[in-house]
Amino acid sequence: MSETMEFCKSGGCTAKLGPGILSRVLSRLPKGTQDDNLLVGYDSNDDAAVYRIDENTAMVQTLDFFPPMVEDPYIFGQIAAANALSDIFAMGGQVKTALNIVCFPESMDLSILGEIMRGGAEKVMEAGGILAGGHSIQDADVKYGLSVTGLVCPDRIYTNHQGQPGDCLILTKKLGVGIVCCASRVGAASQKAFAEAIESMTTLNRYAAELLSDYEVHACTDVTGFGFLGHLHEMMAATKTALIYGDQIPYIQEAYEYAEEFLLTAAAQRNRNHLESHVDFQDIPFPLQELLYDPQTSGGLLVAVPPSEANQLLQSMKAHGIPAEMVGEILPFQNKEIIVTRSKLI
Amino acid sequence: MITINAVGDICPVPVVKAKEAIQTLGGNGIVEILVDNDIAVQNLCKMAEQKGYGVSFLQQEDRIYKVTFTVGDLEMIQEVPAAVMPSAKKNTVIVISSDKMGEGNPELGTVLLKGFLYALSKQESLPSTILFYNGGAKLTTEGSDSIEDLQDMEKAGVKIYTCGTCLNYYELTDHLKVGEITNMYTILELMSSADLLIRP
Repeated sequence: MSETMEFCKSGGCTAKLGPGILSRVLSRLPKGTQDDNLLVGYDSNDDAAVYRIDENTAMVQTLDFFPPMVEDPYIFGQIAAANALSDIFAMGGQVKTALNIVCFPESMDLSILGEIMRGGAEKVMEAGGILAGGHSIQDADVKYGLSVTGLVCPDRIYTNHQGQPGDCLILTKKLGVGIVCCASRVGAASQKAFAEAIESMTTLNRYAAELLSDYEVHACTDVTGFGFLGHLHEMMAATKTALIYGDQIPYIQEAYEYAEEFLLTAAAQRNRNHLESHVDFQDIPFPLQELLYDPQTSGGLLVAVPPSEANQLLQSMKAHGIPAEMVGEILPFQNKEIIVTRSKLI
Repeated sequence: MITINAVGDICPVPVVKAKEAIQTLGGNGIVEILVDNDIAVQNLCKMAEQKGYGVSFLQQEDRIYKVTFTVGDLEMIQEVPAAVMPSAKKNTVIVISSDKMGEGNPELGTVLLKGFLYALSKQESLPSTILFYNGGAKLTTEGSDSIEDLQDMEKAGVKIYTCGTCLNYYELTDHLKVGEITNMYTILELMSSADLLIRP
């Protein structure tokens, strides 16, 4: 099984470049001619680029790929695809076409690649899209993902920074998949926890996103490599403050225990380094802090909705089996972007 | 003290290795762990902070960091790690390149060097190494008046090395009374790694 050992190193969204490094590079890129039809570019740290085609149609484009975070290639393919497709849903779009992105060592068993791509193809179909092609290169390590194109109505785009004070924040998946995968790499994760993490990572955000279409959505993003707090930070955009209720955070139970055992990724520490000046933890225990910084692979949607609709949306999600919780609210800007309290009552 | 190598290991492996080592201490002791990136250092320090261990780190050459955990009651620990008390000892190397100290009257020079080595042996903080070469080789061999002082220092942990080529040249190889024979590579290495080089 030496091949599977090589197959999985430190993958998923933990492989992302740190947020600090990335923003330094992006801020130095030359800007081309401005095009008013580019509705969302990388300036706003959003999930995907949106380009207006006509009054009623805009194209949503995204791509995502990473090294394996699980040993099973078929499951890895599903997770990588679910993660890439998620950005379209986080923008309020519908998936249309997807292209495979593959890096694969020539010496490795090709059936592994077949399993990865089978997992990916199934998720593209489930997302309502068509797998239309792809590109593969030979590389020392396995990496897989998708370039996805979707469509969205220009006035139904969910950007990530237009939440308003008073809005409720809903998170649609449990946190802790990064920690569970990390524990699993050193043989410390229980089967039950690992199964729950895989179930979560292979679940498309399509179902949560479809429920959103009946509600007024002010902002939406998906929680991935920068962790819950990293994506919340992008959502606040230095103009609002998020008040987070510590006791309402959904997480995989065992992940809390593994965090207590310090089975933590390097990416979580990078997230902490980048974000800690924006976060005020009010008596929050260490394991919960780590869950909030934990890089998520194929994490859930984080949605800002008006309080008048929040409860109904939450109930509807729960009724559809989505493990969503109301995790906080948006306040006018206080001295910090993010305040985490132990519970809503305090 | 337990030393673990976690160079090349991806998080959380360094933390897992450190925890295993700390467990084998049985309550009190010191664990040193080598890692190759600052994020691993931070994750190790985070663990120490939560667990209430003493922790310090030093960046060594080539992006290698040494993280030192002090677990339990410090007074119960016999060893004192270099990383916890970094300024405790400088690496001082003394070079004796002649059998005389200073220029001028040769008789006086011989007396001065004897006095120097005697005074050195009485210092509270001893050097880590004394190197003898060329005429200095006469000080570590039969007939030297400083043998006792040098033997005292050797017992106290001072390394004493005499140049092998020099012993050969003066035909003193069989008459070495204190310390070990060494070569030019070691001499150069010891001199270049010294924090303080003293040549009387």
